[in-house]
Amino acid sequence: MGREGISVAGLDGEEILGVEGISVRLSGREVLREVSFRIRAGEFTGLIGSNGAGKTTLFRVILGLQPPTAGRVLVAGRPRSARNPLIGYVPQKFLLDPDAPLRGRDLVALGIDAQRPGVPRPSESRRALVEEMLEAVDAARFADTRVGRLSGGEQQRILIAHALIARPRLLLLDEPLANLDLGSAHEVVALLARIAAEQQIAVLISAHEINPLLPVMDRIVYLAHGRAVSGTTDEVIRADVLSKLYGHHVDVVHVHDRVLIVAGAGENTDLAGHEGTFPGAEILT
Amino acid sequence: MVNAWTVASIVAVVAGVVGFFTVLRGSAFAAHAIPNGSFAGAAGASLIGVSTLLGLGVFAAGGALTIGLLGRRGRHDVATALALVAMLALGALFLSLSQEYESAVYSLLFGEVLGISPNELAPTAILAGLCICAIVVLYRPLMLSSVLPEVASARGISTFRMEIAFLLVLALATAMTVPVVGTLLIFSLMIGAPAAARSFTDRPPLAMALSVLIALVIVWIAIAASYETNYPVGFFVGTGSALAYVIGRLTAAVRRTRQPGALAPHAAR
Amino acid sequence: MSHFLSPIFAPGFFESEAVHIALAVGALVAVVTGVVGVFTVIRGQSFAGEAFSDLGTTGGAGAYFVGVGTLWGFVIGNVIAAGAMEAIGVQRVRGRDVATGIVLGAGLGLAALFLYLYTTEHSTTGATVTILFGSAFAISSTTLPLIAVLSGIVLALMLTIYRPLLLSSINAELASARGIPVRLVGALYLLALALAAALAAITIGTILSTALIVGPAASALRLTRRPLTALLTAAAIGIAAMWVGIVLAYDSYHWPPAGQGWPVSFFVVMLVFLTYLLSGLPEARRRRHAARAAPAAGVMQPATNS
Repeated sequence: MGREGISVAGLDGEEILGVEGISVRLSGREVLREVSFRIRAGEFTGLIGSNGAGKTTLFRVILGLQPPTAGRVLVAGRPRSARNPLIGYVPQKFLLDPDAPLRGRDLVALGIDAQRPGVPRPSESRRALVEEMLEAVDAARFADTRVGRLSGGEQQRILIAHALIARPRLLLLDEPLANLDLGSAHEVVALLARIAAEQQIAVLISAHEINPLLPVMDRIVYLAHGRAVSGTTDEVIRADVLSKLYGHHVDVVHVHDRVLIVAGAGENTDLAGHEGTFPGAEILT
Repeated sequence: MVNAWTVASIVAVVAGVVGFFTVLRGSAFAAHAIPNGSFAGAAGASLIGVSTLLGLGVFAAGGALTIGLLGRRGRHDVATALALVAMLALGALFLSLSQEYESAVYSLLFGEVLGISPNELAPTAILAGLCICAIVVLYRPLMLSSVLPEVASARGISTFRMEIAFLLVLALATAMTVPVVGTLLIFSLMIGAPAAARSFTDRPPLAMALSVLIALVIVWIAIAASYETNYPVGFFVGTGSALAYVIGRLTAAVRRTRQPGALAPHAAR
Repeated sequence: MSHFLSPIFAPGFFESEAVHIALAVGALVAVVTGVVGVFTVIRGQSFAGEAFSDLGTTGGAGAYFVGVGTLWGFVIGNVIAAGAMEAIGVQRVRGRDVATGIVLGAGLGLAALFLYLYTTEHSTTGATVTILFGSAFAISSTTLPLIAVLSGIVLALMLTIYRPLLLSSINAELASARGIPVRLVGALYLLALALAAALAAITIGTILSTALIVGPAASALRLTRRPLTALLTAAAIGIAAMWVGIVLAYDSYHWPPAGQGWPVSFFVVMLVFLTYLLSGLPEARRRRHAARAAPAAGVMQPATNS
């Protein structure tokens, strides 16, 4: 499917997103400092960081909703513009009125070309496309229910389908796993990994827990105190790298196939939202 | 006579179409505020001898912009309330300066469908056409920014511009409907009909069509009843809208219990 | 004294009994609405306040039709409306705007009917204007005791539920966890609001009385974060607006068109609105200072690194 005047040259290895030296200062506080990383087509990247580390701000910069204090964002090699059909977005928080007369199917259909004025003309190809997307995210069975009456996980799938139907090159999801139970979280991760691979879409997910994403992540961008380190899991999830990032000693503990990142005993971690289980130590992610 | 029916029907169509988005966006308060504000415009217009429709339109648009701009900072509901009331006070002043205080107030507030002159039919129809065209043009981006504002922003749809655009359409709609139903009651038609409609269908285009249909029924019954009893049209519109709403709620409740394993309303966090 | 003040106070101002009554009632009403209004704004229930005011029209029109005093009409009508709102569940957010609007529509339709019936039966006019826009100079002295009693009730009620209301307005769940009967407190507050709106209606009319309820309170809350200070500020603003409004309205009898005078309600509402706009200035100035202090907060800079 041709995009509006943007040629899709080459697939494998094509850089979809380039974040270069992004710094953001809000209310006098430096939220992000010189964050840089690249994402290629079909890559599954996890943006890991605890609450308050700057994940949502970074997303907002990538989406063009927040002007950076310094640095730039390149989408498919070009500086990002106001309208970016190449990036699909699924926000963390959204409120859908349970009484609104809008089925999941209708919301997905809206995703085809919502930014264009006018009323869509119903056609067979539109219906087929919507059906295809619903199948792809396994949402066909609840597609005809009012979208505001679906469960959180179901709504999320509809929103993913809504984002995908516009054929983005990059899919951004802000903390999609935050309120899901473990089973649902694994399902969504598997779904996204499949989509990334099959449709060569780059997927960037933010999360504060690293483990659900470990099996599928190609790359990780680890955010702490506004600074970032990016690379493969093996390159980043190491005691020396993370210690340098946090600015104090950090251990990486492997328990079966899970990873625990733990601040040293007696250290001041200064990070919100984590309970320590070892006396004096804190599990970071 | 035919005049009244035609104008009232046009009013109902516009109310149904614009009302659909009013309820979707939760703009019931603005829908109430803007026509009341336009009251001042009508009063001012009659004072200086200009077309009432013009006065209504200008002040309604002014009210819409005030609400949209004031709403950016500060509290949305406080801004709306105060802007509305300031305009109403202005209207009170204008009317008090004219000779026709009492009767003008009554017909502006509660409507006077029988007082629509034939040469008002054309401008009303044109304005109605404009409203509907505007809604048609805005349909897609307005739908998305009403339901998922964040996602809409990410797509390059300015939610602020959508809000202003919608408020202006709302202003236009109320300006042309006020002579028939009155400033105090137009909004009950504009939210009662769509609110009832959404109980009967899950699909947006059907909901809008049903909203128009219900509004037409309410208005036709109101006019017929008004002719019969001589009671004001506004009375029947207000109570008719309430009745439609109640029927809608009951239907929705019945539908929900009929659905096996009905999903509980859930908001994603 | 009247000589040197006569540019401000038109002749006869201090002697007129109607003016005395208007000033007294106005001050009392301003205090009551200021106090209740602060909570209306904190709870984000401006629309409900608006709805009460407008529904007062139904009560007032009904009173005319039945033949009782308008104040009674306002009170009874508003209390019934409060009951209806409570039944709808004003406190829950979902669908409440629509429900409130529907009740309002039905009520106003009824008001239209009452006014029509009254006007045709008695072939007099003036009811609509009096109910909707008030008649501060036409308050009869026989209503004074009732006004005083009602004001007292509202203030006593607010005094009683002050702390629990404040807590549950800021964080309903926390308040509930502390054992505060949030629903009951909310219902009592609605009752106070209904009575306050009724009182405001006799001075500046039903559809304008929202200004007195929401305006001074909103301005006060922009100027201070402390609840007690806000209450006092709101009352003070209300009294000032009322009194200045009364003076101006009295003076306006000499303005064009002569002999008619501009409505009190017009002045009061405009003054309240003006105060609200002015109350936003300190914040705007503060924001400008902050922006100047911190370097380029959120300002986009052209990308220079490559």
